[in-house]
Amino acid sequence: MNNTVRLALVAACAIVLSACARQVREEPQPAPVAQVAAPAAPAVADGRFGPQDLDTNPCLMQRTVLFDFDMATIRPEFQAIMACHARYLQDRPEARVTLEGHADERGSREYNLALGERRGNAVMGALQAAGGSAGQLTVVSFGEERPTCTASTESCWQQNRRVEIVYTAR
Amino acid sequence: MLRHLATSALLALALLLPLPSQAQALEIDIVGGNAAALPITVVPMPYLGTQVAPDVDVAAIIAANLNRSGQFRTLPLANLVERPVRGTDIQFPTWRVLRQDFIVVGRVLDAPDGGFRVEYELFDVAKQERLLGLAMTGRARGLRDVAHQISDQIYERILGVRGAFWTRIAYVTATGRGDDMQFALMVADADGANPQTVVRSREPLLSPAWSPDGRRLAYVSFERGNSTIYIQELATGARELIASFRGINGAPSFSPDGTRLAMTLSRSGNPDIYVMDLATRALTPVTRHFGIDTEAVWTPDGQSLIFTSDRAGRPQLYQVPVSGGEPVRLTFEGDHNAKASVSFDGKKIAMAQGRRNVYRIAVLDRSRATPVWQTLSPGNLDESPSFAPNASMLLYATKEGGRGVLYAVSADARVRQRLVLTDGDVREPAWSPFRQR
Repeated sequence: MNNTVRLALVAACAIVLSACARQVREEPQPAPVAQVAAPAAPAVADGRFGPQDLDTNPCLMQRTVLFDFDMATIRPEFQAIMACHARYLQDRPEARVTLEGHADERGSREYNLALGERRGNAVMGALQAAGGSAGQLTVVSFGEERPTCTASTESCWQQNRRVEIVYTAR
Repeated sequence: MLRHLATSALLALALLLPLPSQAQALEIDIVGGNAAALPITVVPMPYLGTQVAPDVDVAAIIAANLNRSGQFRTLPLANLVERPVRGTDIQFPTWRVLRQDFIVVGRVLDAPDGGFRVEYELFDVAKQERLLGLAMTGRARGLRDVAHQISDQIYERILGVRGAFWTRIAYVTATGRGDDMQFALMVADADGANPQTVVRSREPLLSPAWSPDGRRLAYVSFERGNSTIYIQELATGARELIASFRGINGAPSFSPDGTRLAMTLSRSGNPDIYVMDLATRALTPVTRHFGIDTEAVWTPDGQSLIFTSDRAGRPQLYQVPVSGGEPVRLTFEGDHNAKASVSFDGKKIAMAQGRRNVYRIAVLDRSRATPVWQTLSPGNLDESPSFAPNASMLLYATKEGGRGVLYAVSADARVRQRLVLTDGDVREPAWSPFRQR
């Protein structure tokens, strides 16, 4: 491993360390080992979400809402994450989200396309009810066409009955 | 309009590279047999010309077709004690001893214009009576088609029902996993031969639907990131984007006269059935309900649509006049009925029926005084039924050994064949209309 690569690795570690330190606690930054530009990040001090929170905030990191068979109602355990995503959308007016709706393999493909959309619409409704703006939300349904697993088991079917919250702009 | 078509065609070529014949073939195995099948001998037809012999075995294709229909059982070649070539060569006692009801003999000759001429005769063994004596010509490339047409003639002469061997099937293949998945919409002969790629994509393809003249396919593609409907001309590959409204654009179905396309659009907020006039692109809504209305197919008289709706809670089939009106529910069996396929005479409706988590193909015969139900497949995940144009067989999709396969089943459920790809899933079958010369 030559010196340039070593320096780059150390610089990368410094960036990561300094970024983590800034968000998790108010702590003095470790002295940088090399001269690197600090990554642009809005301060958390005013309580609003910033884009880096999407990768570190436990609630925002949950992007999958699961559903019961043939249903599009949001279960109580997923209502909780509606609040933080809605707040993120309020704090970041430039943020854009696509809600990708899916279904398990049972039932016809076109019906599942419609069911996936119904689920996406349910999440959109819940996000709007929690303060998100419709202009930031788009629903796309993939029906049963994009499964995360392909076994014909209850557990795989549950994983596929989902809406994915996808940030297309942070 | 022409410029738009040309642009779309270029776009199709640039993005999707439709390639002929690089596709893997479908393998067909016969799974069940019919003890009541009619015994028939199809004697090999020798080439009696002076050019290079064709590499297509016409008699073998005819025999395979008749066997696959479930209505006939052909004598294995090993049991052929004689090989007559014309009617005058036939020793009828031989075939009576072998308990054959019918015998087909023939020969392949040179046609004056450079192709081949197939002459054949069909005999009733017991009556020693000639039922058919015909000739058909074709180029070397078209000899499979000639064999299929001869099969249709034999089938119809004996059973009184038009044959559907000279037809094609459309289907979707999916290979790979996750982000590497590749989808293709394919068209092959009804016996699985000659697979041709219609369109290839990295995004899902579904719901192929034949135009009544067999020249075009409508289908749903996700290549633009959302579901959209295309119509593609098979001979040229030229295609047009028909519907890309906000929301779902799905479940296309041509009217019997080919001038209109029924489709599912959720642009109004929830999926409803619309009919589009293909010449003017004018859209007419047919259903308006907050539930899911989808998978509309036409009745043969072009006056009504049969579609799937969950307006009563779970998916069931309904019928509605194309001009609009209150839909009437058709299905009261099972928890879930979807994806109707209507027989050519309107008498039978095939569907995917779910009952306590087992999904099977069921057929409702509504030509009787009281409707008669028949289950045609064993389950558990059977879907997408598609009738042959003579309704004697139907294709459907299912999952076996963890991957998607197709089955063809006879109308009386006695014979089934499995159609599989060597590598990957096959799904979404659509049986073409009768072919035209």
